[in-house]
Amino acid sequence: MPERPELVFAGTNGGALTRFEDYEAVGGFTPLRKARSMAPDDVIAALEASGLRGRGGAFFPTGRKWAFVPKPDQLAKPHYLVVNADESEPGTFKDREIMLRVPFRFLEGCLIAAHAISSQRVFVYIRGEYEREFEVLRDSLEAMRTADLLGGVTVVIHRGAGAYICGEETALLESLEGKRGQPRTKPPFPAIAGLYAAPTAVNNVESITTVTAVLELGATEYAKLGVENSTGTRVFSLSGDVVNPGNYELPHGITLRELIYDVGGGLPDGRELKAVIPGGSSTAVLTAAEIDTPLDFTSLVQAGSSIGSAGVIVIDDRCCMVQLGIRVSQFYEHESCGKCTPCRVGTCWLTQILQKIEGGRASQPDFDLLLSVCDRILGKCLCPLGDSDAIAVLSYVDRFRAEYQAHIDLGRCPFDGESSLEGILAPSALPHGKALEESHV
Amino acid sequence: MSTTFSSRVQNLRKSYPEAMSAVLPALRLAQEEHGGWLPPEALREVADVLDLTPAYCLSIASFYDQFRLEPMGRTVVEVCTNVSCALSGAQQVVEAFERELGVEAGSTSEDGAFTLGTVECLGGCGWATVVAIDNRHRLRVQAADVPEIVEELRDA
Repeated sequence: MPERPELVFAGTNGGALTRFEDYEAVGGFTPLRKARSMAPDDVIAALEASGLRGRGGAFFPTGRKWAFVPKPDQLAKPHYLVVNADESEPGTFKDREIMLRVPFRFLEGCLIAAHAISSQRVFVYIRGEYEREFEVLRDSLEAMRTADLLGGVTVVIHRGAGAYICGEETALLESLEGKRGQPRTKPPFPAIAGLYAAPTAVNNVESITTVTAVLELGATEYAKLGVENSTGTRVFSLSGDVVNPGNYELPHGITLRELIYDVGGGLPDGRELKAVIPGGSSTAVLTAAEIDTPLDFTSLVQAGSSIGSAGVIVIDDRCCMVQLGIRVSQFYEHESCGKCTPCRVGTCWLTQILQKIEGGRASQPDFDLLLSVCDRILGKCLCPLGDSDAIAVLSYVDRFRAEYQAHIDLGRCPFDGESSLEGILAPSALPHGKALEESHV
Repeated sequence: MSTTFSSRVQNLRKSYPEAMSAVLPALRLAQEEHGGWLPPEALREVADVLDLTPAYCLSIASFYDQFRLEPMGRTVVEVCTNVSCALSGAQQVVEAFERELGVEAGSTSEDGAFTLGTVECLGGCGWATVVAIDNRHRLRVQAADVPEIVEELRDA
């Protein structure tokens, strides 16, 4: 069993630290006092030294992101900290557990970050579907206000209303300004012109919670955990065909094999591993032969994938990879904001071509068309949503080409109705999406 | 429009440097007050208080999945059918709800009691299948659990 140092979930003993006194009793708010006794630049320097990189998916160094925010004397505008709690990447459910179990450590991190970028205003953008998480944060914030810990900083918990795209930072800022959540052109980057065109740092929930841990532990000690380029611990979300799904905080660099078998108990009923999606549905799939890949930034890039949001989805041999492609593509098609044509149209095309392959109606040119559509999406949009669909689908085709080819050669799905995803392919029955689905499928 | 609605929206807008930022929370509030959806008058009310146009409010409401532009059942049941839930039997859960509620996914029962829908990832992949009932999440739901859940909902 790999070692399990807990930083994000420290002191919880498997439970939750939702009472103010309980959090204080495990040393809570000491890191905040420490940070406030330091100059903002020193806090940023500590974060840079820790090697902490963003946990939302882009893995951008947190300290460097903050260093990009102009100093108050350089740009006389309000400075904003915006926390991305719009967790919606399929396979990812860690931020939710962090907000439920260590809400104070998260809010403490918000205040430390606000101090570092000289911000008096914090907005936490939490996805609208997280009802209980919202209530826990609201109550925890109230307790901190009563204890006079906010230090003049206003923290607003802002609820989203159901749109995956708002997890993209510029779409999130648009949404927070009261607009449709559609990504902006970059530059300017949020650090210079973010919320209300003012300097803004946008950070993920897990990143911000880890900031508290870095201040508590010290940058040097923190950087000793994990591996080069990927320091510290990570909350891995494990789901799919695995005995013990759940969130596990582990050091970066453990292998997929260790996570799936030693921590997750392996696959149920002695089934055979077929594929693993390592970092949420936007990341390229890996095959069973690749599970000795360590879960860190560099190793996953070398394997042709990405650590993404560390949402690990385990897939056993009952799953048809064309059906997986359809389901994943339907998601991106539904969530495309419609701003860029390659994404708006391309995601829809991918779903349709994949459905044709699955239905046994495809011929070789359809296969070429599938690859061509991917190529026409990649790198041609304002944000990575369309790319995510193309990257995922291309990886399924690349890793499981024979299975795709078999659909075309046989003129039917080789799983003969026995795939674990069979039947799930019905169009999403959403009151909003119905008319669209009917006209397109 | 009730004065309470107006004052509650005014109160919401105090959280933001610019009034337009309050449009999402205001629409959420209006939807609660109008029985779970946003009829044209609800959009007008939000527009009036925030100094926006009803058309603008509609453009926002139609973008976000949680805003409803048609009447919903008194209880809304939504089953996540994204990959992890699908691998864990979400389709069987959907079918069980269709059977027990006598309504097809994507529609509302004739007596207006239930709306059944399938939704994209609810962020509970490790606790599949996730079912949101009036936005409260039930975790690890299996098809066999559905009759009991429906009975509980009918009794409530």
